[in-house]
Amino acid sequence: MKRVYVNEKWCLGCHLCEYYCAFAATGKDDMARALKGVKINPRIHIEEDTTDKISFAVSCRHCTEPYCVKGCITGALSKVDGVIEIDKNKCIGCYTCVLSCPYGCVQPTEDGIVQKCELCVATTEGTPRCVAGCPNAAIVFEER
Amino acid sequence: MAINYVYPDYEVVRNYDRCISCRACERQCSNEVHSFIEEENKVISDDADCVNCHRCVSLCPTRALKIVKTDHTFKANASWSAKNINEIYKQADTGGVLLSSMGNPNEFPIYWDKILLNASQVTNPSIDPLREPMETRVYLGAKSQDVKRDKDGKIIPEMTPQLKLDLPVMFSAMSYGSISYNAHESLARASKELGIFYNTGEGGLHEDFYVYGPNTIVQVASGRFGVHRQYLDAAAAVEIKMGQGAKPGIGGHLPGAKIGEDVSRTRMIPMGADAISPAPHHDIYSIEDLRQLVFSLKEATAYKKPVIVKIAAVHNVAAIASGIARSGADIISIDGFRGGTGAAPTRIRDNVGIPIELALAAVDTRLRDEGIRDRVSVIAAGSVRNAADVVKAIALGADAVYIGTAALLALGCHLCRTCNIGKCNWGIATQVPELVKRLNPDVGYKRLVNLMTAWKHEIEEMMGGMGINSIESLKGNRLMLRGVGLNEKELEILGIKHAGESA
Repeated sequence: MKRVYVNEKWCLGCHLCEYYCAFAATGKDDMARALKGVKINPRIHIEEDTTDKISFAVSCRHCTEPYCVKGCITGALSKVDGVIEIDKNKCIGCYTCVLSCPYGCVQPTEDGIVQKCELCVATTEGTPRCVAGCPNAAIVFEER
Repeated sequence: MAINYVYPDYEVVRNYDRCISCRACERQCSNEVHSFIEEENKVISDDADCVNCHRCVSLCPTRALKIVKTDHTFKANASWSAKNINEIYKQADTGGVLLSSMGNPNEFPIYWDKILLNASQVTNPSIDPLREPMETRVYLGAKSQDVKRDKDGKIIPEMTPQLKLDLPVMFSAMSYGSISYNAHESLARASKELGIFYNTGEGGLHEDFYVYGPNTIVQVASGRFGVHRQYLDAAAAVEIKMGQGAKPGIGGHLPGAKIGEDVSRTRMIPMGADAISPAPHHDIYSIEDLRQLVFSLKEATAYKKPVIVKIAAVHNVAAIASGIARSGADIISIDGFRGGTGAAPTRIRDNVGIPIELALAAVDTRLRDEGIRDRVSVIAAGSVRNAADVVKAIALGADAVYIGTAALLALGCHLCRTCNIGKCNWGIATQVPELVKRLNPDVGYKRLVNLMTAWKHEIEEMMGGMGINSIESLKGNRLMLRGVGLNEKELEILGIKHAGESA
C-alpha cells in the first residue's frame, strides 16, 4: 500500500509540510483564513539539526506492528486497510500511544485526546497534503 | 558608510491579512530579507537586499507576498535615468567594474518579434501533425559533397561524424561551477530522455555524468579546464569556445569561493583558486591556428566526433564563419548579444555584439554564396525564447538552436540576474550545498522534458500550418518569413520580404 516516505537529501527544512498538514485538518478551503493567528499542531514534524544541516519530515509510519494500537486501552486506535486510524469518540486521553510511539508521531490535542497522521483519507484528494505541498519532492506518497 | 546613495530597487509587499507567519519566506531567502519577530508572531521584510528572485513569493502557501518595483524616484531626466545615476553611485562607492548576469536586458530590437510565419491557404494543403507523420529530427555535421561509388557502382556509405537530434534544440554551454551539480544532472538526464545534447561549458565534466556521455558536448575553452583524454572520449562532440554572446572579447572568471572540492577536481585546479579563462586562446591568433586546434581535437578523437566552433556574434561574423567553415570545423555555433552569462562586465554585456537574427542570416547567406554551406552545420543561440523563435531561426538558416536561459527558467530561474553573487535561491547558479539541494533533479529533468515536449508539439503545429512535414524542408526557407516594421536594410540582411509582398 502507498505510504508517505521522506528523503532527507531533498528536505529543505522549510516546514511547509507542517502548515499544509494543519490546513488539511481544518477542513476549510482558504489557508489564510484557516491558519491566520493559529498556533499549529501538525501531524507531521520537521526534525532538524542546524549544525549538521540535516532536516527531514517525520509522520506516522503506519507500522506493521504498531505499538500505539497494541497499547491502546480503549480500542480507539485501529488499523484499517493498512492505515492506523483514530476513533476520537473512544479516545480517553491516557497518552499510552504518545509514550509508546518510537517516532513521536502521535500528539496530544487541545481537546485532551490524541491525533495522528491518517494519510489525509478525509480530504479525499488521494495525495496527502504534505506530499502535494512539498516544494522539492522530498516527501513522496508511493508503494515500496 | 553613513550615506546610502542607492535606494533599493524593489519593495516586498506583505499582505498581513493572508500571512500566517509560517516563516517559509524567512527560511528560504539566502539574502536574509525576511525575519521573524517572536513576541509579535510576525514576519517582517527588509527590502534592501531583495534581488527579486521570487523564491519567497513562489513558496508562500497563502499568496501573502509580492515584489513591486519601487516608485521612489529621481527627478525625471531622459538622459540621466535612475539606472545611469545609480551606476555612477555604485562605481563612486567601490571603484570597481560593474558586473551583471544573464543576457542583455536593454531595449534593443528583437527581430524574432518582427518576423512573421507563413501558412497554407487554398492553393497548398496544410498538414495536421496529429494525423500525419512530422519529422523534427536533424543531423549536425559536415555533409558529404559528392557520392562515392565502388567498382560495382555501389554507394560507399562514408559519412563524416554527425550528431543526431530528435529535436533541433540543445542545451547550451553552462559550466559546472557557474551552475550547480543538480542543474547539470537535470540537463544531462533530460538530454538523454529527449534524444538531444547538453553542453558542459568550460568547467569539465563531473565524474558522475560520464554515463550521459552520448548526450554530452564537451567544451574546450581558453582556460582548458578539465580537458583530458577521458573527457574527450566520453563526449558525443567537442566544442571549441572562442567567444560568448554575453561577453564577446572577454574571458571568464569563476571566483575561488565557488571552487569547492568537486568543482576543483572536475576543473583540475586547486580548491579556492580563482578560475580565470583568458580572453583569447593564447594559441589561436588566426584561422590557421584554429585549424590546428580543430585537427588536434579530431586527431585525439580519431575523427569520430564532430568539432564545433562557438563564436560570439560580432560585426564581422559572416567572414569569420566562412573562415571557420574552411578550418575543418563540422559545426559553427553563433551566440547572439542577448545570450546569457553567469557574470560579465555590465558595459560589455550591454554594448558589445550584434543580434543573433542578423548574424545568423548573414552567416547563412555568406556560406551559401561561397558554396560551402554543406561543409558545416550552423547552430544559433542567444535568447531563443520559444518554439516560434526556433522555427524562425531554422527558416533563417540555422540547423539547430542552443537554449540556455529558457532551460534555466524551466528549472526555476526567475531571471533576477544576480548569478554572480553565488547565492541563487533556486539552487541553480550556486555551489552552496544548502542552496544546491533546492533543485531536485528528479523534478528538474521532468520540467525540462516537459518544456521540450511542448516546444516539439508547437514546432510541428507551425510546420504543419506551412504545409511542411520535415524540419529539413524548413531549413533556410526564408520565403516562409515576412518582416513587419523593418527597414530595407534590415530586410536585406535578413534576406526576407516585408509583410504584404508576394513571393
